[in-house]
Amino acid sequence: MTVAGLAAAFGSGAMTNSLAEIAGGEVFFLTGTNTTENHPVIATKMKQAVTKGTAKLIVADPRAIDMTRFADIWLRQTPGTDVALINGLMHVIIEEGLYDEEYVRSRTEGFEEMREVLKRYTPQFVEGIAGVAQDDIRKAARLYAGAKRASIFYAMGITQHITGTDNVKSLANLAMLCGNVGIESAGVNPLRGQNNVQGACDLGALPNVYTGYQQVGDAAARKKFATAWKASGLPDKPGLTATEMIPAAAKGELKAMYIMGENPLVSDADLKHVEQGLKNLAFLVVQDIFLTETAQLADVVLPAACFAEKDGTFTNTERRVQRVRKGVEPPGEARADWEIIADLAARMGYAMQYRSAEDIFAEFTELTPSYAGISYKRLEKEGGIQWPCPTPKHPGTPYLHKDKFVRGKGLFHPVEFIPPAELPDKDYPLLLTTGRVLYHYHTGSMTRRDNGLNFRYPEGHVEVHPVDALELGVAEGEKVRVASRRGEIEIPVAVTPRSLQGTVFIPFHFFEAAANRLTNPVLDPIGKIPEFKVCAVRVEKLG
Amino acid sequence: MSDRITVTIDGRAVEAVKGETILDLATRVGIKIPTLCYHPRLPIVGACRVCVVEVEGARALVASCAFPVEQEGMVIKTDTERVKAARRLVVELLLASGDHNCLLCESNGHCELQDLVYELKIEQPRFSAEPPRHPLDNANPMIYRDLNKCILCGRCVRGCNEVQVNQVIDFGYRGGKTKIITAADRSYGDSNCVFCGECVQLCPVGALVENKARFAGRPWDIKKVPTTCTYCGTGCTIDLNIIDGRVVKITGNESGVTNQGSLCVKGRFGYEFIHHPDRLTTPLIKEDGRFREATWAEALDVTARKLGQIKEKHGPDSIGGLSSARCTNEENYLMQKFMRAVIGTNNIDHCARL
Repeated sequence: MTVAGLAAAFGSGAMTNSLAEIAGGEVFFLTGTNTTENHPVIATKMKQAVTKGTAKLIVADPRAIDMTRFADIWLRQTPGTDVALINGLMHVIIEEGLYDEEYVRSRTEGFEEMREVLKRYTPQFVEGIAGVAQDDIRKAARLYAGAKRASIFYAMGITQHITGTDNVKSLANLAMLCGNVGIESAGVNPLRGQNNVQGACDLGALPNVYTGYQQVGDAAARKKFATAWKASGLPDKPGLTATEMIPAAAKGELKAMYIMGENPLVSDADLKHVEQGLKNLAFLVVQDIFLTETAQLADVVLPAACFAEKDGTFTNTERRVQRVRKGVEPPGEARADWEIIADLAARMGYAMQYRSAEDIFAEFTELTPSYAGISYKRLEKEGGIQWPCPTPKHPGTPYLHKDKFVRGKGLFHPVEFIPPAELPDKDYPLLLTTGRVLYHYHTGSMTRRDNGLNFRYPEGHVEVHPVDALELGVAEGEKVRVASRRGEIEIPVAVTPRSLQGTVFIPFHFFEAAANRLTNPVLDPIGKIPEFKVCAVRVEKLG
Repeated sequence: MSDRITVTIDGRAVEAVKGETILDLATRVGIKIPTLCYHPRLPIVGACRVCVVEVEGARALVASCAFPVEQEGMVIKTDTERVKAARRLVVELLLASGDHNCLLCESNGHCELQDLVYELKIEQPRFSAEPPRHPLDNANPMIYRDLNKCILCGRCVRGCNEVQVNQVIDFGYRGGKTKIITAADRSYGDSNCVFCGECVQLCPVGALVENKARFAGRPWDIKKVPTTCTYCGTGCTIDLNIIDGRVVKITGNESGVTNQGSLCVKGRFGYEFIHHPDRLTTPLIKEDGRFREATWAEALDVTARKLGQIKEKHGPDSIGGLSSARCTNEENYLMQKFMRAVIGTNNIDHCARL
């Protein structure tokens, strides 16, 4: 996944550049991001540059997403073949001498090892794996490498594979090869799917790091936090990821869970096992704004305030810390999440005394060098500030790795193509890929309660290619059964050529026809992200 | 510097940047020129002629939003009788061209045409014309479109095509029959509109309004609280529009760093969850498989006791915490601090992987 892959290559796992820099871009390479649906306002900036003629657009995506309408080149790779495709692009760039030799020499290491691996990824070889015409691979390689400033944007289409970390490393390789990291309007830019994924990672809601990616395994970091928190015996071993906790619960190793504002019973892969895991817990407490599918399994439910009812900060995809302001009161007795946590801590014998969200902010900025220069006062005056912002006078950092990578030299990784864990076969002949739609958000607990959004998108569909629909004998709107080795759902068909023949797409927002009953919980070995983007399914007519 | 020139505006000698528009210059030096089709975020078309001014030596009045300040010594007059008469004529014609009854309009008090009528001291409309009788487009819950109030300034068209690049609406038909249409002149709901609402935000009159916010309260009662959108990672700045403790509307904040006022359908229209009757309002404790309402003291005590017992019996690593990418930085920090310092485990994660 993003943090692991980019941190290995560059030393920092965040979007390298800024959204405002899109206006100055020459070439955009979008892959695994359905930008108009998942980051619509970011997409507007790209579309503006492309329609004005100041930028060219390459889209690499198996689905005919809306951005392909604006693309100069559309590479329609078979799902799960990203490493091969990116290696193919790099093969051409090296073969044709289009790479930035000076940059590679002075700012990176590991080039020769990678070059060795790339040798066999000829356009012809890649066409055989990814199904993209050799000529298009060459054209895209030349367009990307020919630009002075080319930026890569990606999202979950890249990360949600067993090779998610490899995919990210490959994109980092491509960007470094052409000298596109550490300059304006370029870089490698993961578009974070939720309002505060970046902030949740930055503030240490990860099993291996404290705030600002300070490792729990590092004795000095442990000591620093133990002192600040007046806590003894902070554990030094990284904990379980979200995707490991559920299986641990199913095995009885995990006995209790405290879940705040998450709904794994819709969002996680292989829901049957998620349900078994959660039900196997001795104690489950869920803190949320609605009685979600997950909350219904809880022993205790704690009512929380929503974003409009509390103060705080979010950090957006471009590392910009911005204020969240309370506008209205929470309903009934609901309280802000931070107040609930502090109260619970006190009842467990640990005092957490904060008068306001600002108090908490002041505490963690002292412990977090990249946030150290940011304060509510500055945010009020300056709007958002992009980390790293180490001192109160520092203006914030629009793009990373200028002159020098965070890790010193940028590191190329030789990456070989590995096929997805489960591919279509005789019993499950179609490939399922999942994602989001414009009108809904994650597990739908907020958006599915909205008349406007439901007017546009009231229920889930399985998108089936017209040729497949004909072969299956199913028509538009007809309810079908979709089954995988993990489970089955009933869901209406939308006949559309948006997905490749042989591939079906289901959005995961809809609990009653949950795509994640079908998905494969196999994980990327480093990022521990499930392979939501590829599994094998069968579509059957009902009755 | 060579790009600096001195010009005279309303009798004052001021320094101008060569090439800037008269409107930009006037705004900078504190002279207000009324506008209608102009919007700072949009390409300039100079169509409505409300912003006309006199430039000495020019044959006709010029549209200040489009006319560049080019010549040293240029003399500009923004407030002459000739200028005022021309503006008044434009506004009176607009007033006559549509169904502009402020009493029956949602935008009353938040309307640039209404403001202009007042500013130009128009007491009696001079012209009368048949109202256009366009059918209402109100079948979707998000955008209420009444083209009878449309003044054809084209801000919505530019917003749709050049800001959002959604390419849904444009000018259709010709001459007196001109109106803003979607492809094949369908309603918004039947078109390929993605309901970003850019057109609503840019509409200076009551032709495009937020359908959900109709009759929810008057513009002058709205308290706006700027905050950050709760949906994707873009981090658009939004304004909560609040009346009597309820969010009745969300608008894009034009000074938002990442969005400059633009939003998407979720950010602009997806706010009903805030005051939804399904919201949890009290702690719940499950007994015999069923939830019952509980006090905070009860619920927190049960939780603290259970977590304490399990930690005692099975060790801290038998407990896991999921924090949330929907919560604030402060809350994420506190959640991981709780798991690490209070429970004593690194079993803390959130949905970054999902």
